[in-house]
Amino acid sequence: MQKILALLLVALLAAVAAGCGGDDESSTATATAETGAATTQAAADECAKGSLQLVSDGKLTVGTDNPAFPPWFGGGTPDGSDWEINDPSTGEGFESAVAYAVAEKLGFADDEVEWVVVPFNNSFKPGEKSFDFDINQISVTDERDRAVDFSDSYYDVNQALVALKGTELANAASVDDLKSAQLGAQVGTTSLGYINDQIQPDKEARIYDTSNDVVAALNGKQIDGIVVDLPTAFFLVGAEEVKNGVVVGQFPPAEGEQEHFGMLFAEGNPLRDCVNDALASLKDDGTLDAIQQEWLSEKTSAPVLE
Amino acid sequence: MAEQLRLEHVSKSFGDLPVLRGIDLALEEHEVVCLIGASGSGKSTLLRCVNLLEPVDEGRILLRGEEVTAPGVDVNRTRRRIGIVFQAFNLFPHMTVLDNVTLGPRKALRQSRAEAETQGRELLGRFGLADRARDYPDRLSGGQQQRVAIVRALAMRPELLLLDEVTSALDPELVAEVLNVIRELAAGGMTMLIATHEMGFARDIAARVCFLDDGSILEQGPPEQIFSAPREPRTQQFLQRIIEAGRL
Amino acid sequence: MALREDERAGSRIAGRASRTFGRGTAGRSLLLASLSTVVFFGVVVILVVNSPGWEDVKAAFFYGPEFRESFPDILEKFWTNVKLFLLAEVFILVWGLVLAVLRSLQGPVFFPLRLLSAAYTDVFRGIPTILLIFLLGFGVPALQISGVPKSQFFWATVSLVLVYSAYVAEVYRAGIDSVHPSQEAAARSLGLNRFQSLRYVVLPQAIRRVVPPLLNDFIGLQKDTALVALLGVVEAFRQSQIEVAGSFNYTPYVATAIIFLVLTIPLTRLTDYLIARERRQRR
Repeated sequence: MQKILALLLVALLAAVAAGCGGDDESSTATATAETGAATTQAAADECAKGSLQLVSDGKLTVGTDNPAFPPWFGGGTPDGSDWEINDPSTGEGFESAVAYAVAEKLGFADDEVEWVVVPFNNSFKPGEKSFDFDINQISVTDERDRAVDFSDSYYDVNQALVALKGTELANAASVDDLKSAQLGAQVGTTSLGYINDQIQPDKEARIYDTSNDVVAALNGKQIDGIVVDLPTAFFLVGAEEVKNGVVVGQFPPAEGEQEHFGMLFAEGNPLRDCVNDALASLKDDGTLDAIQQEWLSEKTSAPVLE
Repeated sequence: MAEQLRLEHVSKSFGDLPVLRGIDLALEEHEVVCLIGASGSGKSTLLRCVNLLEPVDEGRILLRGEEVTAPGVDVNRTRRRIGIVFQAFNLFPHMTVLDNVTLGPRKALRQSRAEAETQGRELLGRFGLADRARDYPDRLSGGQQQRVAIVRALAMRPELLLLDEVTSALDPELVAEVLNVIRELAAGGMTMLIATHEMGFARDIAARVCFLDDGSILEQGPPEQIFSAPREPRTQQFLQRIIEAGRL
Repeated sequence: MALREDERAGSRIAGRASRTFGRGTAGRSLLLASLSTVVFFGVVVILVVNSPGWEDVKAAFFYGPEFRESFPDILEKFWTNVKLFLLAEVFILVWGLVLAVLRSLQGPVFFPLRLLSAAYTDVFRGIPTILLIFLLGFGVPALQISGVPKSQFFWATVSLVLVYSAYVAEVYRAGIDSVHPSQEAAARSLGLNRFQSLRYVVLPQAIRRVVPPLLNDFIGLQKDTALVALLGVVEAFRQSQIEVAGSFNYTPYVATAIIFLVLTIPLTRLTDYLIARERRQRR
């Protein structure tokens, strides 16, 4: 009896191993076939709309997080939309406009662009992506580049400080004035890194899940100031998310490293190069500047805190 | 001799079920009275009423003339004057034998630990349990545990000792050692009210035997009278059943 | 009749096995258990490692350099979790006991206390801990009442104590109920008052019996300390979140999980040991 059981187990083991080995071979086979096909098309333009490998044939699938905040997205939410605050398909807002401009350069009409909700934490998880690229105020770093691919910069961003009017922090003129402040930032943003590395306050920064929570903390006076990218800072104050708020100033980039936003791609996705070409073209013909003027123009004048 | 205990017309029901019906009973100091009767006749309830574990519905209980069932009487003080030993020993399993014995004197009588332990050891020694003082109850035989339970009750120096079928849960060979302890106590003049199935023992030790039937004392009298010449037919029936069971 | 080749081989293997594992049924059981374990886990490992996405998952979740880089910071922030649960547990054990005792008081005069205790356990077992932390952690400091602490750590501790005491009170109550009433009867017969009989006879037995479920709740508490992150305080889990967002690599989550496991597994083993020991003692 024992012997039969043992033999059964060994047989099962062998079967499974054989089965898996088979899977391996078949997937390698498909991969070889695909790269084979790609090489034969090398001569043709890889960025031609027809030869792009897309998540959804014939459509450019772009991801961003929900809610989509101004000034990055605008236009509100039309009836029946699943999006909160702003629906990216309105084309309004800086990032939405950039996405549609890039899509146009790649040969996609506006109605061939589809938006999907991609929570920030999902954008870099391993496995297949649900989007062709993700645009979500993601700062490019070398570390992050290991897991995904980034486009070139579509916006150079500075960090800024938001405080409540009439408080000591509102009158800060230099980074030294910030040493004793209780600062806060949203998790997953490079703001925390900036606080820890460049500002180095005495008290540990507070980190919150969502931008709403950070704002609530400032409104509730649990923190003295928020560190966030400059355009968002202006939005928070202007739209009175922060009650009686003021943009105290902006911070210069850390030595030699201008922080910038890039679009996020699955690692090795050839679309990235095509998008870079599109971006270069948009920069050359002034479209990118125009988009920036339209959506981010007022949001550049804040004193520099050094 | 002074009257130690008196029950006047004590009645008690559990919900709709009457368990004690107008019990009248008196004990003199140093008297030993045995309660006999079938299960459910109310023996245990009677004892539990005496030490106020159960409230009575009607009637009064007097301890040395003092009515202890009156409202406002300090129940805990009454209980300190009366000792009770249960069928299931009810020793505290998380304490040593000595701690079991000294808990009452230390906490209820506010004796110091030293004082309580000296007296406790002395009592334990008197009943052959001195070497078990530091053991936990689960290391003792049933007979030893019951003897410890008796010592625990005695440590409070009660005026009156209630014994509720204290040998019914013991293996037969262990019964004798407990009965001997009770005999010693009787010889020493302890006033006792004993509920028991041990008829032979009752015949030896009791000044009076009460037969309880369905919540009333049907018959009471000296053991010779009750056991040899019971007047009531139900008493006779009961004793007949006991004899047939070989316990008399 | 000569043995067939495989039968001879089989009996050789059996012979060697019995020398390693011992003869008799115990030896056979051990052999079978070992074989079964090896095969089972072997199959699982082979399945996982040969799955098409394994390399990607391995790189995303089990990346050595990221582990080494993030581990020290996560461990440092873990100290916040430790402080939180050690402090909270002390108050939980005490306050939970108070609630349980209040609930067990008998007699009509104590009805309001019993009612309050029952209401308390109903309310605080019903409210999600997250909600309470938000309500207290954001709400109370916002009231700006002078003298009231504003510290997020403080309000997180308070929230955890309020909620867990409700569960622990029920555990104590079950323990108290499990002590046979004859124990209290014996104590009261000696002339001890209600409080004394509870303190010296009932509670010592009750508490001893519920140490395993209490340990269970303690283990749950250790993980719920991560909720303090909602108030902005950076503890181990939040720190790992920060690391993950910075590197786009999930290995810090694995690091945090390992830290929690190193903490809780000894406790779960201890709980099992205590349960087994009590079972032996009861017999």
